[in-house]
Amino acid sequence: MILSTTQRGSRSWIQLLMLAVVTAITFGGLFATSAHADEVGTDLPFKIVGNVKNEGIALEGVRIVVSGGGYTAETVTDADGKWYIGVPEKAGYTVSLDQETLPAGIAVIEEGGAEQSVEIGPSGSVTKNFFIGEGERIVVSLFDQVIARIVYGLNFGLMLGLAAVGLSLVFGTTGLSNFAHAEMVTFGAITAFFLGGLLALPIWVAIPAAVVISGLMGWGLDSGLWRPLRKRGLGLVQLMIVSIGLSLAVRYLFQFFVGGGTSQLPGFDSPKIKLFGATSLSVIDIASMVLSLVVIIGFAWWLMTTQTGKATRAISDNPDLAAASGIDVDRVIRIVWIVAAGLAGLSGVLWAYFRPGIKWDMGAQILLLIFAAVTLGGLGTAFGALLGALVVGLLVEVSSLVIPSDLKYVGALVVLIVILLVRPQGILGRKERIG
Amino acid sequence: MDWSAILSNTAQGLLSPATMAFALAALGLAMHFGFAGLLNFGIAGFMAIGAYGYAISILTFGFEWWQGILVSLVASVLFSLLLGIPTLRLRGDYLAIVTIAAAEILRLLFLTNAFVDVTGSADGLSGYHNSFRAANPFPEGDYGFGPWTYNNIEVWVLILGLITLAICAFLLLLLMKSPWGRVIKGIREDEDAVRALGKNVFAYKMQALIIGGVFGSLGGIVYALPSAVNPGVYVTSLTFFVWTALLLGGAATVFGPVLGAVIFWVLQAFLSNVLPQLVSSGILPFISSIQASTIRFILVGVGLMLLVIYRPQGILGDKKELTFVK
Repeated sequence: MILSTTQRGSRSWIQLLMLAVVTAITFGGLFATSAHADEVGTDLPFKIVGNVKNEGIALEGVRIVVSGGGYTAETVTDADGKWYIGVPEKAGYTVSLDQETLPAGIAVIEEGGAEQSVEIGPSGSVTKNFFIGEGERIVVSLFDQVIARIVYGLNFGLMLGLAAVGLSLVFGTTGLSNFAHAEMVTFGAITAFFLGGLLALPIWVAIPAAVVISGLMGWGLDSGLWRPLRKRGLGLVQLMIVSIGLSLAVRYLFQFFVGGGTSQLPGFDSPKIKLFGATSLSVIDIASMVLSLVVIIGFAWWLMTTQTGKATRAISDNPDLAAASGIDVDRVIRIVWIVAAGLAGLSGVLWAYFRPGIKWDMGAQILLLIFAAVTLGGLGTAFGALLGALVVGLLVEVSSLVIPSDLKYVGALVVLIVILLVRPQGILGRKERIG
Repeated sequence: MDWSAILSNTAQGLLSPATMAFALAALGLAMHFGFAGLLNFGIAGFMAIGAYGYAISILTFGFEWWQGILVSLVASVLFSLLLGIPTLRLRGDYLAIVTIAAAEILRLLFLTNAFVDVTGSADGLSGYHNSFRAANPFPEGDYGFGPWTYNNIEVWVLILGLITLAICAFLLLLLMKSPWGRVIKGIREDEDAVRALGKNVFAYKMQALIIGGVFGSLGGIVYALPSAVNPGVYVTSLTFFVWTALLLGGAATVFGPVLGAVIFWVLQAFLSNVLPQLVSSGILPFISSIQASTIRFILVGVGLMLLVIYRPQGILGDKKELTFVK
């Protein structure tokens, strides 16, 4: 759990660290009997040894305590980070590392924290090395952890919200459940990568440009594909399957161009700033949240007060009536596609910073969460989608305190199913929409 | 260009466990979508239940291979009930989203480290073949001719797969010619009219969901029979590929799904062999052979779009028989 605060953005150094620890274990075993280690109880028949290192650098003066079966002994690590504690019986012992004696800013990051149980092996000894790395101390209270998760959840939820309101608007005005929305998310991230990474434009130029290009793609998709299909009179299910085909084609097209690996946007590794409790965010995280909020407020203003925004809501309510009262439905739908694609593109850029990294199927990874958000809020309602996205974001992050982190999306998907059963119109939807 | 290797590999796509697995899964979807009008986007979940049910009951519980198959089928019926009781009352596209989410939940549960002892997590499961291979009636040796030469284990898998496929197709044919099948098609065309005739629409839909789900999990078992269970297979893309095969052959037909699966895999085998060779012989410039093998998936997506737009009834389908009820 203690790992959770540093998990994002640190995969690579964790791998490095693992390598270092494996090396340390090997050498720790080899030199266990040498006199280098600071030793206690060398006359006892069994021993527990270890080596305390952080990224290959030995840590001296770290206090280690071994206890079990009524026996307690302690020592501090020597200049090579090594320690040796003899024990009287071939039994289980608890090894604890006093984190107060570690240098500032680093901590034991393995599961179970600074207190680990060991069992003396057949050889009469056991090696216990702690996984140490940049991180928060174990003293983080549950309350602080929950607060931290809530902050990350809000960040994730706002990012999802940007994508969800677009999907919801498209659904509201055209009835299409657009599976290719995931690829519009990826498109934004890949465009930003192309402009900011490969063409080396400054990031404050690359991101707005990526959003504009995403919007243009939305316009192109509407006039090149969706409007002709609407004119052709394709049914909603047919349109949905066309969007699935488009999603597959575009997703593999991305793989064709960027390959199967992960690439990083500039500034993804900006340092974390400790805010309060266990919460630390990078400048990018904070900027991402502020940007999402500003854009969403701007979007809400657009939807509520402008002529086009009102027309959009009118079409969502009743397209025939809207057309009959003189609204140019095609024009509004075109604008909706541009706005939806632009928002999705921005959300993709933020998702690339949140994950972190751009990947050909990054949009598809969160597509169902976006659908969950839209459904939860009420299909076709923009603000419902936003609310749904925040709930999904919070749920995903907070639930990872309780359930394994590789199952954290399951909670959101279960909620998606449950909400369709008990309140299919969603939180803000109206009942007759389900018809 | 080594045309003989390309053609021989393509010919093998005609008759492979993957082809039969797709055909079975597509038959299940034909039952769900083509005949009953249920938009099931969770067929990958049914296939995963088939494969994992078979492998887990053998590896964890030490069952015989045929007991493993029975366990899978029971599990798929339970999954259908679990999925169907709450969702069959929902409108079409809602059902699509629920089923896709349910399949994804299943996949994540199979993938998580929490149950690694049973599911093998990201490594999947393998080494469950002893009981199945011990029951092999074919003595060791090679069978068949030309590109269709198989050893005794492969023949055993293929024969069983073919028998299963034939039984399922025949069953579906009989069902659709029966009064039950007419009610099912009636539900697809107009649910309310059928309800007005006093039929229990929910029960009929549930039966259709269960039967199609059993076909789907049989497909999953056939997929798992020759080698291993890999959680990376049962992703939503698998669902969409099976849908492509189904719509290619014809959703509201019995032989369409089989034909669609065969064409899908023959084309896949052909493209995955010919595209890298086109690159290495310099005919396709500027791209790597990895990129070349990605092209076939792009083509699947484009093909799916074109099919739904220009020939929604598929190759064998009848335009008059509505496959996409609005």
